[in-house]
Amino acid sequence: MSQLTLTQSINAGLRRAMEDDPKVVLLGEDIGTLGGVFRVTDGLMKDFGSHRVIDTPLAESAIIGTAVGLAYRGFRPVCEIQFDGFIYPGFDQIVSQVAKLHVRTQGKVRMPLTIRVPFGGGIGSPEHHSESPEAYFVHTAGLRVVSPSNPQDAYTMVRQAIASDDPVLYFEPKRRYHAKGDVDLEADLGAAPALGSARVAAAGTDVTLVAYGAMLKTALDAASAAAEEGISIDVVDLRSLSPVDYVPLMESVRRTGRLVIAHEASQTLGLGAEIAATITERCFNYLETAPVRVTGFDVPYPPSKLEKHHLPDLDRILDGVDCALGRTNSRTGMED
Amino acid sequence: MSDPRQEPEDQGPMHMHQLITADGQRVEDELLEEFIADVDDETLLGLYRDMVAVRRIDREATALQRQGQLALWPPMLGQEASQVGSARALEADDFIFPTYRENGVAYCRGALFSQMMGVWRGNTNTGWDPYEINMATPQIIIGAQTLHAAGYAMGLGLEGKESLAIGYLGDGATSQGDVHEAMVFAASFQAPVIFFCQNNHWAISEPVGLQSSVPLAGRAPGYGIPSLQVDGNDVLAVLAATRWAAARARSGGGPSFIEAVTYRMGAHTTADDPTRYRGVTELEEWGAKDPIARLRTLLQGRGKLDAGAEAEIATTADTVGAELRQACISLPDPEPMSIFDNVYADSHAILERQRDHYERYLAGFFAAEQGLGTSSSSGAAGTKGASTMEGSRP
Repeated sequence: MSQLTLTQSINAGLRRAMEDDPKVVLLGEDIGTLGGVFRVTDGLMKDFGSHRVIDTPLAESAIIGTAVGLAYRGFRPVCEIQFDGFIYPGFDQIVSQVAKLHVRTQGKVRMPLTIRVPFGGGIGSPEHHSESPEAYFVHTAGLRVVSPSNPQDAYTMVRQAIASDDPVLYFEPKRRYHAKGDVDLEADLGAAPALGSARVAAAGTDVTLVAYGAMLKTALDAASAAAEEGISIDVVDLRSLSPVDYVPLMESVRRTGRLVIAHEASQTLGLGAEIAATITERCFNYLETAPVRVTGFDVPYPPSKLEKHHLPDLDRILDGVDCALGRTNSRTGMED
Repeated sequence: MSDPRQEPEDQGPMHMHQLITADGQRVEDELLEEFIADVDDETLLGLYRDMVAVRRIDREATALQRQGQLALWPPMLGQEASQVGSARALEADDFIFPTYRENGVAYCRGALFSQMMGVWRGNTNTGWDPYEINMATPQIIIGAQTLHAAGYAMGLGLEGKESLAIGYLGDGATSQGDVHEAMVFAASFQAPVIFFCQNNHWAISEPVGLQSSVPLAGRAPGYGIPSLQVDGNDVLAVLAATRWAAARARSGGGPSFIEAVTYRMGAHTTADDPTRYRGVTELEEWGAKDPIARLRTLLQGRGKLDAGAEAEIATTADTVGAELRQACISLPDPEPMSIFDNVYADSHAILERQRDHYERYLAGFFAAEQGLGTSSSSGAAGTKGASTMEGSRP
C-alpha cells in the first residue's frame, strides 16, 4: 500500500497503463513539459518521451478528433481536457464521432479513447472552470462515463478506462485532487470491481444516499453527522454514471425505502432525475417517500464567492435526508 | 461593400495546374510532369474506364433513388476526374477519410456495390469494413474527417511508417473549425496527410464565394502547408497533384493541401433542387469542361479509343450498372433487434435491459398473431404491449 493523493494515483495509473501497452498515448494542453495544470501527468513526458505524451495546440475538437484518427490506427489515446468548461469545443467530435464510430462501422472500428476531465467546483475558480457537464455525456449512447471519488478508485478506474474497448469519459473530482488515501499499486485489474459497478461506501439502514465524484465525501460526512442523531444512512458511491449500476442501488432502496441523490450538476435532467425515475419504476412498491434530489441549481455556475450556495453541502444533504424521512424540512409546504 | 455571395472575381495569383485542357489537348506543366512520367496510354485508358464506370454508378444510383430503392443519393456527376485521379494515386495501405460523396473513390478502392448501397438505402450507417479497403465509412458531419486523417497520420508518424492518410473535403468544409484545427495539428506534427479539397463550387445552395474570398488553396500556406490548385476535371493533373502530395508525405515532408477545382453537375443530394439557386449558363459552361469528354478526345486523337474500345467500355459500364442495381435491390432488410448491436464493444447493463424489454414486446405481437396471447401483451398488442416488467409488491 502507498499513501497517494488522488492526482498521484491517476498519474500512477497512467504510468502503469503506458508501461503495459505501448499503444497508449497521451494528448492534451500543457500535459508534457508542465505536467498538466493540476500536475496529473507530471513526469510522464520525461519518462515516456514527447511521442507518447503529446503537448497539443490549443484546440479541443482537434484533441478529440486526432485521437479518433489515432484510434483508427490502433492506438489507445488518453485525452486531457484541461477544465470541464473547455470540453464543449470538442463536444461534436465526442458525440458525433467517438460515441458512434463503433456502431457506425458495425464493430469494425473500436474507439478505446479515455477522455479525462477535471470537473466540479469548490476551488474558487473563475467562470468555465467549475462545471459539471457529465449528464450531456451520460445522455449520449456509445459512451461510458465514470467518476472516481478516492485515490484507489482513481488509480484502478483510469487503468480500466484505458483498457476498455469503449470510449470512456473519466471525470476527475478536482476538489479532491489533494485528498490522500491508501492505494494498492499492485492490485490485479481482473480482481478489481468492474468499471461499471457502484459500491456501498458506508452501510446504513434508514436512507439510501447516492453520490459520486467530489460529492461522495460530502455524502459520507453527512452520513456521519446523521449518525450522531441516530439516523443510519446507506451511502452508495455511483462510480459509473453510464451505465448506472442499479443492482446495489435497488438492493439498498429495497431495504431503506428512502432515496436521496446528491450532485453538483444542475437538477433538470441530471443524474438525479434519471436515478429517481428508474428507482421509482423499479422499486415503487418499496418506497416510503418520493426520491429527493439535492443538486446544484439550474443556473450557470456562479462566481466563486457564491459557489458555496450552489454546491450541495452537508447541511443541504441532511435537509434532503429529512425530506426523505418525512420530517419537517425546507421543502415542507412546497408540495404544490 | 461587395456581396459575399458573388463568385470571387479576383482569385489572386493562384496558378491552376493542368495537363489536359477542356478540349482534350495535352499541355505541359512544369511541376506535375515528373509525377506522371510513367503514365502511358494504357494507364490513361484505365482512368477513362474508371470514370465511365463511376458516372454509370452515379446515374444508376440516382435512378434507384427515383424508383424508391434508395432513400437518398449524393450525386458525383462532374467530379469523376477528381475522385478517380486522386484514388488511383494512392497505395493500398494509405488510409482514406472520405465525405459522403466519395463513392467514386470507394469504387476505385474495391468497395462492393452492396456495401456502397446499404448506407443510401437506409440499411446501415456504414458501407464497408474500413480495414478491408483502408477507407473510413462515409462522413456526414462536414469537415470532421479531416481531424481523423490528421490523427491517423500522426499515428503513422509515431510508428515511423511510410504510408499516408488522405482527408477528402469540399469547399463548404473549408469554413469549418475542424478543418482549420486539422491543418494546425498536421503542420505542428508534420503529419503525413493530404487534405484533398474538391471545390465543386456549391455547398448545397451556397456558392464557394460565400465560404472564402480567396482561392481555397490559398488558405493552407498560412498554416505552413504547401498547397496547389489543380484542374479537378483533368484526371491526369489530379493524379499528378495527388502523387506530388503523396511523395511529400512519404519522404517526411509533412502535410499538403490540394484544391481540385471541379463542379457539382448534379444536385447536392437527390432531395435537393438546384434550379432554385443556380442558372443553366453555369451548367453549360461547366458541361463544356467535362472530365470524361476531354479524355475521350485526347485518347481518340491518339488512336487509342476506337469504336470497338468504346463499345467494350460501354458494355463494362452496363455491367457495373446492372450489378449495382441487383446488389441494391437484393439487400435484405436489417433485423429489428440489430438496432442494439455494437453500440458498445463490451456489455452495457442498461442497454441490455432495453434490448430484453423490446424483444419481449415484439414477441407479444408474435404471440398475438399466433393466437397465443399472454395477459401482459396480447389484448392490447399495437397499443400497449408488454410494458410492465417490474417486480411485485413486497
